[in-house]
Amino acid sequence: MRVLRLVAVSYWLHLKMIAVSVFEGVFQVIWPIYFATVAFLLYGRSDEPGVLVYAGLGAAVMGIWSVVTTTASGLLQRERWLGTLELLVASPTRFALVLVPITTAMASLGLFSLVSTLLWAWLLFGITVPVASPLAFVVSILVSVFSVALLGFLLSVAVVRYRTAWAMGNLLEYPGWLLCGFLVPLTLFPSWVSWISYALPPTWGMQAIRASAHGESPWLDVVMCLLVGLVYGVVGALLSETVLRSARRHATLSLT
Amino acid sequence: MVRTNFAGMVPVPSGRPVVRAHDLRRSYRTRAGTFRRERKEVEAVRGVSFDIERGELFGLLGPNGAGKTTTIKMLITLLLPTGGSAEVLGHDVVADAREVRRHIGYVFGGDRGLYERLSALDNLRYFAELYGVPPREQRQRIGELVEMVGLTGREKERVEGFSRGMRQRLHIARGLLHDPEVLFLDEPTIGIDPVGARELRGTIATLREQGKTILLTTHYMFEADELCDRIAVIRGGEIVAEGTPADLKQRVTAGHVVEVETFGLPETSVDAVRLLDGVRSAAVEERGQAQVLIVQVRPGAEVTSLVLGSLDGVNVGRVSSREPTLEDAYVELVSAEPAGAPA
Ligand SMILES: Nc1ncnc2c1ncn2[C@@H]1O[C@H](COP(=O)(O)OP(=O)(O)OP(=O)(O)O)[C@@H](O)[C@H]1O
Ligand SMILES: [Mg+2]
Repeated sequence: MRVLRLVAVSYWLHLKMIAVSVFEGVFQVIWPIYFATVAFLLYGRSDEPGVLVYAGLGAAVMGIWSVVTTTASGLLQRERWLGTLELLVASPTRFALVLVPITTAMASLGLFSLVSTLLWAWLLFGITVPVASPLAFVVSILVSVFSVALLGFLLSVAVVRYRTAWAMGNLLEYPGWLLCGFLVPLTLFPSWVSWISYALPPTWGMQAIRASAHGESPWLDVVMCLLVGLVYGVVGALLSETVLRSARRHATLSLT
Repeated sequence: MVRTNFAGMVPVPSGRPVVRAHDLRRSYRTRAGTFRRERKEVEAVRGVSFDIERGELFGLLGPNGAGKTTTIKMLITLLLPTGGSAEVLGHDVVADAREVRRHIGYVFGGDRGLYERLSALDNLRYFAELYGVPPREQRQRIGELVEMVGLTGREKERVEGFSRGMRQRLHIARGLLHDPEVLFLDEPTIGIDPVGARELRGTIATLREQGKTILLTTHYMFEADELCDRIAVIRGGEIVAEGTPADLKQRVTAGHVVEVETFGLPETSVDAVRLLDGVRSAAVEERGQAQVLIVQVRPGAEVTSLVLGSLDGVNVGRVSSREPTLEDAYVELVSAEPAGAPA
């Protein structure tokens, strides 16, 4: 109970902070739209009718991935700059419980770009995405958001030692676009690459979202998406304790 | 007697120090040089031991880089000691870190450590959650604290528009959210105007009256004198003196202090003054253009003319004699020869 409340309140406050920031807010929303536009222009010449819907959905979900990879990697560094990292660590709450609501808030920001991409696709390109089972569609999206947030949590603690952590996030952003099958089907890749794809939660999330849009059953993909995300979460939780101990040993929590 | 805290029933036997540091040590590895990486090890704290009793306000006093912050950070579990041990309320700061964190509050000076884009209220709400303050008590607790630190009416504004003093007061409120039994205050009045600093000292005194155990670090002697029950003077990572403010003054009250205003005082003259008969110690303080030579004189000795004699060729201004203060005791302690070196 206390944990739920803690998660809800921190999620809400961090979402407020991220949304307030003009840079993170506007930039993260516009960025995927730009790529969606490129995708629509490229696929627009295709004769197959389903292709634009495919690209539209893919571009919409891409924003969730982008916002998390680019912002989660700098999460701890930003808290350190603010001088709040020490205060978070000094509190009796487990570090994983402090960080997961923050990365979830980041991933939720991807929802804004999801909605705006779909609107953009509809207004400018006349692409409407028919959603056969709306409930399954929404659940698939929310599970995807949460799983990507767990991946972001692992990412945030994994890169904390590196000065250029934010650059590593950017490095992950683009391969993810391909590997998660946002714009191109996974069947195009050699089989060893698809193993990597299936280790990434958005791949399952994307499949679930497309399935529910088409009226097929998304539930296996939803469960897989959640499971893969939880694996990242557990690894992140273990790693975060190690990282914290190392930071206390090496005095890297503060800037002074 | 058994005390409780609303974070849970926490029996803490009386008669045992609330904070106990035993031979605490901490060294830092630093890297210097861009091309040839040099590794240096700095010993910031070298064997610090002290006890703080329940309800006591203990001051840690020392010059920049003496190791005050490092000591505090080991006690609040943000740094692992490289040697020695410490416990707070009977919990070991390494083995039992989470339990320690539950019962202590930490406030540092300066204007960082707040979420700029959130209101003061939201900042407090967030940390109330992190400290597990029960939802039912939160609203009232936050209201009381906002009132106590004098932020009423401004609490809904974003912190980015706050002045230094307002930020500092918000920090204090944050540190008290979970009604901690032990408070660690690292230079809480730094950068605050005199009126604000006085109010803050009033707040600290009130907390002490409420029975909180407090560890305070400061550079301001009068602050330590006014507030602290006991003071430890730390220099170069070692405690060089410990006692009540009166004890420390006692070390120098026998005797008096001669102050000589000079212009362009060479270090050699100070050394010469130190060697004079009847001089206990000498230190230099910059005051604007002038260097003031502060000479601690042994009881009964009369050294003014000797001192002036050894300042041959130096431009001398005002010369005065006065009773020693706590500040003199402090200056003598921190400017003495390092412990272990021949006097
Ligand atoms: N993270 C760090 N890495 C390397 N050296 C450090 C680090 N933190 C502190 N030090 C060094 O340790 C020594 C003690 O520092 P500390 O901050 O504890 O002093 P302090 O008494 O709090 O000083 P001040 O009055 O300036 O706050 C200094 O020499 C400082 O340079
Ligand atoms: Mg300090």
